[in-house]
Amino acid sequence: MTQRLAIDVAVGDGLGPVGPAKRPIEGRSPWRLAFERLRHDRVAIASSVVIVIIALMAIFAPVVAHLVGHGPNDQYRTTGLSPEGIPVGPNLRFLLGTDELGRDVMVRVFYGARISLLVGVVASSLAVSVGVVIGLMAGYFGRVVDTVLTRLMDVNLSLPYLVFAIALISVVGPSLLISIVVIAFFSFASVGRIVRGQVLSIKEKEYVEAARSLGASDVRIMFVDILPNVLAPVIVYLTLLIPLSIVFEATLSFLGLGVVPPTPSWGGMLASSIDYYQVAWWYVVFPGLGLLVTTLSFNLLGDSVRDAFDPRYNRFFGTTE
Amino acid sequence: MTVAAGTGRTTETGEPLLRAENVVKHFPLGSSSLFRRSRAVVHAVDDVTFDIRRGETLGLVGETGCGKSTLARCVARLFDLTSGRLVFDGHDISTLSRHQLRPYRRRIQMIFQDPYGSLNPRRRVGSIIGDPFAIHGIEEGGERKSKVQNLMELVGLNPEHYNRFPSEFSGGQRQRIGVARALALQPDLIVADEPVSALDVSIQAQVINLLAAVQSEFGLAYLFIAHDLSIVRHVSDRVAVMYLGKIVEIAGRHDLYTRPRHPYTKALQSAVPVPDPDLADKRRRIVLTGDVPSPIVPPRGCRFHPRCPKAQQRCSVEEPRLEPLAGDPPDHGVACHFPLADGEELPAGAVPPAGAFAPSAPSAPSDTLPAAP
Repeated sequence: MTQRLAIDVAVGDGLGPVGPAKRPIEGRSPWRLAFERLRHDRVAIASSVVIVIIALMAIFAPVVAHLVGHGPNDQYRTTGLSPEGIPVGPNLRFLLGTDELGRDVMVRVFYGARISLLVGVVASSLAVSVGVVIGLMAGYFGRVVDTVLTRLMDVNLSLPYLVFAIALISVVGPSLLISIVVIAFFSFASVGRIVRGQVLSIKEKEYVEAARSLGASDVRIMFVDILPNVLAPVIVYLTLLIPLSIVFEATLSFLGLGVVPPTPSWGGMLASSIDYYQVAWWYVVFPGLGLLVTTLSFNLLGDSVRDAFDPRYNRFFGTTE
Repeated sequence: MTVAAGTGRTTETGEPLLRAENVVKHFPLGSSSLFRRSRAVVHAVDDVTFDIRRGETLGLVGETGCGKSTLARCVARLFDLTSGRLVFDGHDISTLSRHQLRPYRRRIQMIFQDPYGSLNPRRRVGSIIGDPFAIHGIEEGGERKSKVQNLMELVGLNPEHYNRFPSEFSGGQRQRIGVARALALQPDLIVADEPVSALDVSIQAQVINLLAAVQSEFGLAYLFIAHDLSIVRHVSDRVAVMYLGKIVEIAGRHDLYTRPRHPYTKALQSAVPVPDPDLADKRRRIVLTGDVPSPIVPPRGCRFHPRCPKAQQRCSVEEPRLEPLAGDPPDHGVACHFPLADGEELPAGAVPPAGAFAPSAPSAPSDTLPAAP
């Protein structure tokens, strides 16, 4: 409109412009509402606090190493091992004991948190990004695109992932990057299927038709009109995918296919502690505890996030009222 | 006819704004898998021809499932036509590609039936109304925002509610948002697909009046679809009656309501509820027997003949053409072999007792609408 226009509507409904407000009235977005619910969820708060603590552990691992004076790969063969060559238990010098090479378990657990969080977050994000794009394309374009992409995801989901991972890594050689790629490769398909299902229902909505009648491009419709409506389940899935990826990485490291020694990782520490569990309980317990607490916190947070986005979902019975 | 200056649009009124010629839309039934190709089709719109002139409102009425909404989506080019032509402002737009259609998208806009489904729940009202600008890459930043707020004011919304979400508005307000979005690019034609059927009766009048007000302001043409005869009568200059994918009668509003020629039009009119109970008891209600036939296998000949009280042998064989009767105005077309004469009554069926459920389309009492301007 080139000039300001006001048309008197015969039957007013009291919605007309009122006096000038001080500032625009802010609407409460569905995200905001979900966040508000999350803020009042004690489980969510507690698990977030634990996750933040673990993240701080990871970030400040070098500081801890500096404070106690032990590097993550430093071997203390005289002080860290008994005369028989057995790891020493927790004492004032080694707060959480040592491993079979006389390395400080505490420092190594802190460094292990870095690997777990890095792999967990990066691999899950990668999997979710790929899954969202593939799911959007499959659901939106339908027909041949859908058939091809869905079948590919079915094949992906039916692969025996561990066998495949072992085969791939024994060819390429283990590294942090290849672990991330393998984990993402075996996780994106389930995200893609969730997104595809949501898109199938959302693309029939009238607002998508409205966008099309305005001349919007396919890309715009997919990312501006459809994506925000499928994001809630995606975010829930992301928080639940992180602990899965952490466990996946620990599994690979446990099998010697993940992070290359001597870089400390929880899975790798658990693998080498197996031979010593009868004489050095601390060697098994502390990396295991790190893994347990981290995955448990992420899982509980994921449940809370799901509840926050879908208030009608019953956490205890798994039903929607 | 007012057309905004400087838009370079033609203003001559000789040719119609939109001409639909023999528009056909069939939907193939069932899964067209790789190996089996289903032959059955739904004849949603079958050989429909009509004009919309600049600045006029063409009403389109018919029962649920008669193809009104499909026709609307064909006109808005949300569907590709099975066959036929759509000529908009002298250009055939029926076969244009998506890219070629873009300039015409600005000039044909749509208002949807469901004020809840037609607005994206995750987006703010300001960006929903600003969508037409964003999609066509005009009016950036602050300029766009002030345009959007002007539009909100124009349709009677508080511009301060720019940042709100659709869920924070009532049904009537949401429909105003839809109207604002349709008006943003100053279109020549708005296809309104049952814009008020989802609304309260009191809100219906407000939205109808809003549509009438913006029409006189911008010289818009409407294709106004409804199943409510009293509303269509109120808003339309001309009215087309659809039955099973075909237009059976089209005429000026006054002509159609005073001299209906097609038995179906007559029956439809008798189904409009009368707000006066005494009058309602006395009037003759034509109850059609049977159901609407399946659009998959439409009847041969005249599609209305299985239910028509006047049907004869010829009706089941020969399909009547939509053309004016001798003595009627040339724009009063009817597709019937045995049209009704002036004042002729149909053999009435049993009148349902007062208060009984009327199987006709739901409709608003006509007294809630102010008199036509």
